[in-house]
Amino acid sequence: MKELYQEIILDHNRRPRNCYVMDCANRSADGHNPLCGDTVRVYLRIEGGRIEEISFQGSGCAICTASTSLMTESVKGKTVDQAKHLFDGFHHMLTGLAEEQGVPLGKLQVFEGVREYPVRVKCATLAWHTLNAAMKGEDAPATTE
Amino acid sequence: MGETATAAATRTLDVARIRAEFPALHQESHGKPLVYLDNAATTQKPRRVIDAVTRFYERDCANVHRGVHQLSQRATIAYESARTTVKRHLGAADSREIVFTRGTTEAINLVASSFVRPRLAPGDEILITGMEHHSNIVPWQLLCEATGAVLKIVPITDAGEIELERFAELLSERTRMVGVVHVSNALGTVNPVREMVEIAHDRGVPVLVDGAQAVPHGRVDVGELDCDFYVFSGHKTYGPTGIGALYGKREHLLGMVPWQGGGDMILSVTWEKTRYAEPPHRFEAGTPNIAGAIGLAAALDYLDGLGPEAVAAHEAALLEAATEAVLSVPGVRLIGAARHRAGALSFVMDGIHPHDIGTILDTEGVAIRAGHHCAQPVMQRFGVSATVRASFAVYNTHEEIGRLVEGLYAVKEVFG
Ligand SMILES: Cc1ncc(COP(=O)(O)O)c(C=O)c1O
Repeated sequence: MKELYQEIILDHNRRPRNCYVMDCANRSADGHNPLCGDTVRVYLRIEGGRIEEISFQGSGCAICTASTSLMTESVKGKTVDQAKHLFDGFHHMLTGLAEEQGVPLGKLQVFEGVREYPVRVKCATLAWHTLNAAMKGEDAPATTE
Repeated sequence: MGETATAAATRTLDVARIRAEFPALHQESHGKPLVYLDNAATTQKPRRVIDAVTRFYERDCANVHRGVHQLSQRATIAYESARTTVKRHLGAADSREIVFTRGTTEAINLVASSFVRPRLAPGDEILITGMEHHSNIVPWQLLCEATGAVLKIVPITDAGEIELERFAELLSERTRMVGVVHVSNALGTVNPVREMVEIAHDRGVPVLVDGAQAVPHGRVDVGELDCDFYVFSGHKTYGPTGIGALYGKREHLLGMVPWQGGGDMILSVTWEKTRYAEPPHRFEAGTPNIAGAIGLAAALDYLDGLGPEAVAAHEAALLEAATEAVLSVPGVRLIGAARHRAGALSFVMDGIHPHDIGTILDTEGVAIRAGHHCAQPVMQRFGVSATVRASFAVYNTHEEIGRLVEGLYAVKEVFG
């Protein structure tokens, strides 16, 4: 159990970072996990291809909330391409799908344990799918399906 | 049988012996003895149901209603006597009032398209309650979209009970059909369907009762309820998946158009005119789930043998004990506190999402359901996105409730 609910995850669940509505966002997207009912909205301010600011609002389980919170920390200041590489690397770690990008995942590594809980993988990836949709400027809500 | 109802009700069940009949219960989950408390999703199957299905495939496997050979005759007899078993179990007057379906969902869709749809004009109303499973919501929404009819909803109270006065008020001149869940899968509420049927009939409105969560938990008598349609699923009542039944009053079924066309539902087919079979076969197009029907009959026989009253008493004791035990855990809040509940207990824990609870309980060997239970409007009514639901069956024990509570303490330990 401790492999799944690591201290960092519990901490980010309790005190999510970058959790606010961003008034000056120039991109945003909604994400929804129909299985759990988790919902998240990701706000971005992208300038010159770089994520200058990122925030989120939403409600979900601990894995979902912590994953979103840690994602905002890890992509802030990164370029859109770098963020996509991180997503691929993260996806690879959890599912073995997507291409291994050789990008160091840093703190995101704490989610490795989720791999052992296949039904929870979507909880961890919802934020990333939503980020992806926001970066692409898609209108339709992102889902984990 | 041969024993009075009171004797049956006071007879206590030999739960150890019952458990011995369910092979799936005797396994470990995450290294701990499995505690299966997700019975509202589907129940485990007793050996005799598994054997009945196997026996059909090993000995009697043939198509029904069409062969002159021995095997086909045996299969037909077994299939049709399964219908008689369902009839007997539900207290119906006539086997021809029982239509085999894939389950509750298909049965509701059947009634929507064959019974209700032809009677609907734009502006007509269908009345359901705020406690329904999606399967008793979406078919009516589809029907309303297609016909211009309007779906009306009877609200539910904070305790999770139907507002009966509102029900009476919402029954209007335009109401063509009432759909109501007998026992709520999300809250465990037992609804006063007998009374609701009477109120609706006073206004000449037919009623469909969703009995998916009622049939496994006690005696159902459609004659006494006087409902027009009653539907349930085999897999929630110790039978196989993919089989269920629709009970419909004979006078209704006789007047209904087919909903699917194909083999087995016709008398004769010519290019000029096809004549449909009489009910129930009119509504069973194609090769049916023969093994499923046979397995379902074995399951209902099993329940009858235990005595639905004894089953209900055992489960009521479990539910009461579980409610008290779960509420003793700090931070737990019950969702739905109806005076009359059966089968299931829904709750949330302060600051901990039901999915996290579900995962941690799972690693403790305790299987519950975390989610919206296909009843999102109920979740919205109570302002939650999901709940934890523990649901009981005849094989559950008081020790297992203890395991559930220990599991909840393990959850609290992780989340501090
Ligand atoms: C009250 C209720 N109605 C309908 C259904 C749908 O049953 P099925 O999926 O077997 O058709 C369920 C099952 O979850 C239920 O609990």
